[in-house]
Amino acid sequence: MTRSFLGWPAFPEAAEREVGNEQLRENVRRATRTIRGKRAVLAAERPDWEQLRDSAAAIKDQVLAGLEQYLLQVEEKVTAAGGTVHWARDAAEANRIVTDLVLATGEREIVKVKSMLTEEIGLDAALEAAGINARETDLAAAIVQLGDDLPSHVVVPALHRNRSEIRDIFAREMGRHGRPAPEGLTDDPAELAEAARLHLREKFLGARVAVSGANFVVAETGTLVVVESEGNGRMCLTLADTLISVVGIEKTVPTWADLEVFLQLLARNATGERMAPYTSTWTGTTHGDGPRDFHLVLVDNGRTRALADPVGRQALRCIRCGACMNTCPVYERTGGHAYGSVYPGPIGAILNPLLKGLDDEQTASLPYASTLCGACNEVCPVRIRFTDVLLDLRAQVADGGKHPVERAALGAVGATMARPLLWKAAVKGAGLVGPLLPARTPVPGWSDNRALPDVPKESFRTWWKRNEGERA
Amino acid sequence: MTAAAREEILRRIRAAAVPPAPEPPRHYLRHAPGVPDEDRPAVLALFAERLEEYGAEVLRADRPGPAVARALAEHGARSLVVPDGLPAEWTADWDGEVRTDRPPLGKAGLDATDAVLTGCAAAVADSGTLVLDGGPAQGRRAATLLPDLHVCVVRAEQVRSALPGALARLDPARPLTFVSGPSATADIEMIRVKGVHGPRRLAVVLLD
Amino acid sequence: MPPNPPRPRTALFVTCLNDTLFPGTGRATVTLLRRLGVEVDFPAAQSCCGQMHFNTGYRKETARLARHFVDTFADYEEIVVPSASCAGMPAEAYPLAAEAAGDPGLARAVAELAPRVVELTQYLTDRLGVEQVGAHFPHRVTYHPTCHSLRATGLGERPHRLLRAVAGIDYVELPAAQECCGFGGTFAVKNPAVSGAMNGDKARHVLETGAHVLAAVDNSCLMNIGGRLTKDGHPVRTLHLAEILARTEQDGPLPGVPVVEAAR
Repeated sequence: MTRSFLGWPAFPEAAEREVGNEQLRENVRRATRTIRGKRAVLAAERPDWEQLRDSAAAIKDQVLAGLEQYLLQVEEKVTAAGGTVHWARDAAEANRIVTDLVLATGEREIVKVKSMLTEEIGLDAALEAAGINARETDLAAAIVQLGDDLPSHVVVPALHRNRSEIRDIFAREMGRHGRPAPEGLTDDPAELAEAARLHLREKFLGARVAVSGANFVVAETGTLVVVESEGNGRMCLTLADTLISVVGIEKTVPTWADLEVFLQLLARNATGERMAPYTSTWTGTTHGDGPRDFHLVLVDNGRTRALADPVGRQALRCIRCGACMNTCPVYERTGGHAYGSVYPGPIGAILNPLLKGLDDEQTASLPYASTLCGACNEVCPVRIRFTDVLLDLRAQVADGGKHPVERAALGAVGATMARPLLWKAAVKGAGLVGPLLPARTPVPGWSDNRALPDVPKESFRTWWKRNEGERA
Repeated sequence: MTAAAREEILRRIRAAAVPPAPEPPRHYLRHAPGVPDEDRPAVLALFAERLEEYGAEVLRADRPGPAVARALAEHGARSLVVPDGLPAEWTADWDGEVRTDRPPLGKAGLDATDAVLTGCAAAVADSGTLVLDGGPAQGRRAATLLPDLHVCVVRAEQVRSALPGALARLDPARPLTFVSGPSATADIEMIRVKGVHGPRRLAVVLLD
Repeated sequence: MPPNPPRPRTALFVTCLNDTLFPGTGRATVTLLRRLGVEVDFPAAQSCCGQMHFNTGYRKETARLARHFVDTFADYEEIVVPSASCAGMPAEAYPLAAEAAGDPGLARAVAELAPRVVELTQYLTDRLGVEQVGAHFPHRVTYHPTCHSLRATGLGERPHRLLRAVAGIDYVELPAAQECCGFGGTFAVKNPAVSGAMNGDKARHVLETGAHVLAAVDNSCLMNIGGRLTKDGHPVRTLHLAEILARTEQDGPLPGVPVVEAAR
């Protein structure tokens, strides 16, 4: 059984449930604060940090403006270097392509490098349905998979789990999928990492097919780039005979030199490191080194829909560093699952509606899952203006008539406010605090944990009139 | 099917009608802050400092043989895999078993070897990064992955102050591995743990 | 002595929230500005900037309020606003509202008017060039930089400098000051659980300072934090910064709030 976010409740409901989970809140708080601190130190280390961000944003805009040409270049270069390029319009098509490629190899157990796109399209479940067991090899992704859990963060999918929960998952589940966890496993992180090393070693050595994503695809050269920390990526990219990389079309960068911008930003912003321990790049196949067969699956799955949104398309600049969620006060209280998607936090609040549209209640609730505090704007390495996009998406929700009751109420208040006489009457009127608080009755939501302010004896405008009268 | 998908995706991209974007500015530094490439002692000092911060071991030497032998001995390595064509003097001072990766050792063979010794294609001081490109004295990627100790010999002139200088010297057509310290994870409570799947120990012999 | 040059015609946009629920902020703004020699007018036709509408997605409704705002304030040289988030509306939101309403005339009028709309502390420090405003406030005060004032308006240290210049004040820094209080307009009612959790942390930080007064430049956020403090039974007063800056030695200490010895 693979869990999924299908049928997930809208944000307010899901968030309320998660906020009530004290352990979860503590786990998320601790992890996000740790990483926030590390990031701040390493960003401050670069006097040219803002210039790097300027360049990164502009390069990604260049990609979006010339995407057709860059993708054709990718296709040409990868093909010339011995790879095969596939195109998938949506999740089902991408899953079918990958499943068919794996089935053709005859292998039934494969290894995977953590990839948010394959989570997005539900690849593991699709492979499972075809009798293929895809084992996650990133430590966090493996924790999620072994625990039959869902990812809650784009960089550290198991961020919502603490060490003792991870220990329990390893002790209980590893044996069912291969080498069991060592006897007497404690919750020491180093011991847990060692257990994962031993459990996965035999998978790496035995696997002949690997599936990966990519952080970047260089159009100029047809080069794919995977950034990782543990070495599980290198294992998959190097030891398998067949490598299938499933990549969103927005992952393109125009030139090899452009990597100097993104590789200097990514790890600093994502994990608070100058570079991640391992960055692997490859172009097609290389005789005598690594996979003999290489397939690149270019996936749309809503990206062209986002591309057509003049304000929202900037979300496609995202390089999945996770800094926006690490810094988000809402994410810190809810964790990632509340967003009902593999993309949580501020990027999830904008990217999911842009990829999927606003037709269902869950997705339409996401642009409202923010106080518009703007902390995410400040840490984004590609300068996504989250608050601009959130506001624009809210306007799309409102225009789509998703909140007819609210619209009627706000419309009525607005009509009063725009008519001076009505507004004055409303402010002065006895028993009316003003159109803002229609009555001194508890306001749902507000009054749960806040007192309402005392109602003043007179409004400002009444005072002004009296005061001015006295002065005159 | 994929041809139809290709046409459809490209059509959607055209339909999105994204306006042209201006040429990106490039006003960032091309060297580590305060450490220009010309200041060689500063570049090398920074490189060593950054490697050590990661927990890698740095041995500065004027000859590779003795330093390599010291690094291998310190970590108790008894078997060593080397790429075909590695200069013989690099292992001349070591008395353990040297396995040349020709014909290629199988995965199990590599896994059962204690250490690997290579050179590199370039290095970056700012991030303490080694870059392997499968060129001379480097071998294939699997060989630097499965043994638990990686000893890498870096010549001083290979070290660039920052990433832009190194990228410009590399050939993207080759499979590249950028190594910045030993394998690590922060997946458990964002606490950094050294050593997961890749070599858990990294020793760099820096030839001045 | 030559007569003083005529002052620019200055209007107060008090904001709908202050008009109805926090009139003391409006009164204090008037008192403060008069003391500094600025004669303010209060155009009675004013109502609401439309922030709640805009932030909830109702741009056409916002445009209606934008038109009204422009009509009300078009003749004034400068419009002072004791709220950072409302002060930002003409520049940040009205152009988008005008676009959504398909009203280029409104867009032009907004472009002409917006530069004249100024948040109060910016008006004091940047236009009048004062930090020492002659205030006296012998209480322990902490300050919450509201998200809009911090990140959109970019007030930076202005409010802190104004506060530190107040005679008799015991100003203490708020821990984790830059974190959102969880108000977020309709966020507080759409996502009460999350908002409440954020607000609880903010209130805890306020209590950690031992301050008797919490100041800010947006009464909406103060209403949120103050509501929590009151509900939990903590007697910390929330005051708009204007209400601190308006008080002088003649006014004496604020009734009901502990007085501190002027130690600094």
